[in-house]
Amino acid sequence: MDKFETITGVAAPMPLVNIDTDMIIPKVFLKSIQRTGFGVNLFDEMRYTRDGDEIADFVLNKPQYRETEILVAGDNFGCGSSREHAPWAIKDFGIKCVISTSFADIFFNNCFKNGILPIVLPQEQVDVLMKDAEKGQNARMTIDLEAQTVTTSDGEAISFEVDAFKKHCLLNGLDDIGLSLEKVAAIDTYEEKSAQARPWV
Amino acid sequence: MSPKTIYDKIWDAHVVQEDADGTSLLYIDRHLVHEVTSPQAFEGLRMAGRTVRAPDKTIAVPDHNVPTTHGRENPETMTEDSRVQVAALDTNAKEFGIHYYPVTDVRQGIVHIVGPEQGWTLPGMTVVCGDSHTATHGAFGALAHGIGTSEVEHVLATQTLIQKKSLNMKVEITGKLKPGVTAKDITLAVIGETGTGGGTGYVIEYCGEAIRDLSMEGRMTVCNMAIEGGARAGLIAPDDVTYAYVKGRPHAPKGAQWEAALTWWKTLFTDEGAHFDKVVTLKGEDIQPVVTWGTSPEDVLPITGVVPSPEDFKGGKVDAARRSIEYMGLTPGQKLTDIEIDTVFIGSCTNGRIEDLRAAAEILKGKKIKVGMRAMVVPGSGLVRAQAEEEGLSQIFEDAGFEWRLAGCSMCLAMNPDQLAEGERCASTSNRNFEGRQGYKGRTHLVSPGMAAAAALTGKLTDVREMM
Ligand code: SF4
Repeated sequence: MDKFETITGVAAPMPLVNIDTDMIIPKVFLKSIQRTGFGVNLFDEMRYTRDGDEIADFVLNKPQYRETEILVAGDNFGCGSSREHAPWAIKDFGIKCVISTSFADIFFNNCFKNGILPIVLPQEQVDVLMKDAEKGQNARMTIDLEAQTVTTSDGEAISFEVDAFKKHCLLNGLDDIGLSLEKVAAIDTYEEKSAQARPWV
Repeated sequence: MSPKTIYDKIWDAHVVQEDADGTSLLYIDRHLVHEVTSPQAFEGLRMAGRTVRAPDKTIAVPDHNVPTTHGRENPETMTEDSRVQVAALDTNAKEFGIHYYPVTDVRQGIVHIVGPEQGWTLPGMTVVCGDSHTATHGAFGALAHGIGTSEVEHVLATQTLIQKKSLNMKVEITGKLKPGVTAKDITLAVIGETGTGGGTGYVIEYCGEAIRDLSMEGRMTVCNMAIEGGARAGLIAPDDVTYAYVKGRPHAPKGAQWEAALTWWKTLFTDEGAHFDKVVTLKGEDIQPVVTWGTSPEDVLPITGVVPSPEDFKGGKVDAARRSIEYMGLTPGQKLTDIEIDTVFIGSCTNGRIEDLRAAAEILKGKKIKVGMRAMVVPGSGLVRAQAEEEGLSQIFEDAGFEWRLAGCSMCLAMNPDQLAEGERCASTSNRNFEGRQGYKGRTHLVSPGMAAAAALTGKLTDVREMM
């Protein structure tokens, strides 16, 4: 996984609540057996007409948001299915950070596995960032994971919380599986013990 | 020792290692796999030269993409992309030596129906699958939840997951249900109450008399939709109903092992005085047959209600409701029972079990569906299908005008050809009414099997109680 570096980039506002994984990447695109190439279909049904033409007033189609790297979204972003195709599509589009008041659990975890930082902030601060994002291209936000701050285009810094282990993995681009395999002795021991205690498993 | 919830107990029994900040390596007892969320994980293993650590605890079945029409053993009946995914599962199952139920096997079906049916799912286990409705298995008093593809790969390689413990939430349904009210109505009513984000960060324990009174099928329906309420998992403490369901299943313990298992399972309850971080209580007798009017599972109303107006809501939900009402083609103030439908879908991991088919058949017996209605029953597994045929249910469905399909996810997510056309409106026993879920611009109203059957007869959303 790539290391998560500080981003200064365009943030797009998507105030809609309950943006679900079917909106992020409709199931017709889940038939690929690859992890890449989903970016063009990010938000497909909101972004294109049935004939494949762009819908001009969808935020990511607007000229000032084409280079979006940060998404500021309504409550409960990413609810619905466990499809990792959702963060794959977000990543593939070029978005590296999503900010909301809340995220669905599985989506939240999936983001970290793909080098995307989901940031949870209280409503008032999301409102501030939403306003800032509405300014478009010239208003670049900065996300500094090391310092745990989001800085608006006006220079207002907002701190956020992040799980220490997840932060460490993102900053260093660490592969979870590799880390867990280092604990293989502990897994062996657990398996031996549990085979005694619960042999029917 | 301080009192524990059932979640605490299962968690504690599965921690391999815990770091100072609470990040834990959790052992996984059962890993279920299907064709859509696994190919990249197996590919990842292959590229890293890794193997499946516990193939014996790994069970694969194709369900999402498979056609539900006859002749599907022939791969030509599938679209190219679907065929490639199913073929990949085939190859991966063989190459890595995991348990596998291909479409030619009568035991094939929706992964969350096959697991319990075959006795893979047992009380006190940790069960995961690359699918959010893994919550279903919580009905057995198992800790079961969905994971993403990277985590699928992690479980394949290590038989563990890196997790932090969730908070405990109690959802109690007191008293008795009224006639015509089902497990589906309970689970929808709870989401209507908590919202789709209300369970975020929690593992729910469902309890109370109305839950105890449910069959295993009903309990699976309730837990299935815990995820729609945002919870990591939902579970129900095992009891005699659970043990009776499990006993004798192909992979359930037998003889002395059964006795040993039972002894442990009987310790899996929430201790008196255990702490819950959030409690929601509903009265069973207050729950009515419900339907969804919008495009979020929290958009729930009793069937006797009317379509709300966006102004009835607050904050971001005002715009979401406006968008939903427009998408669904409804008018605020319209009676729900005046909404005309053209398609009925009975099936899915929420309501594709034998009891669900019985409930629907009960309403349909000796009747015909409305002329022009498209109605289908898709049993949750080949075994459910066989049993329904034996009980004469399939005949009732076919006589009424329903199509009687082969097992799979089908129109629950419409990855196979079973889809709504643009603007079509469906009364569906599945679990998600998201925009486009059952087909591009299709409109979904979530209901119980009895309500779906009633709607098929009248051509409108209908109060099942009037048909009983
Ligand atoms: S039936 Fe529907 S919800 Fe259940 S596993 Fe299949 S697609 Fe998912």
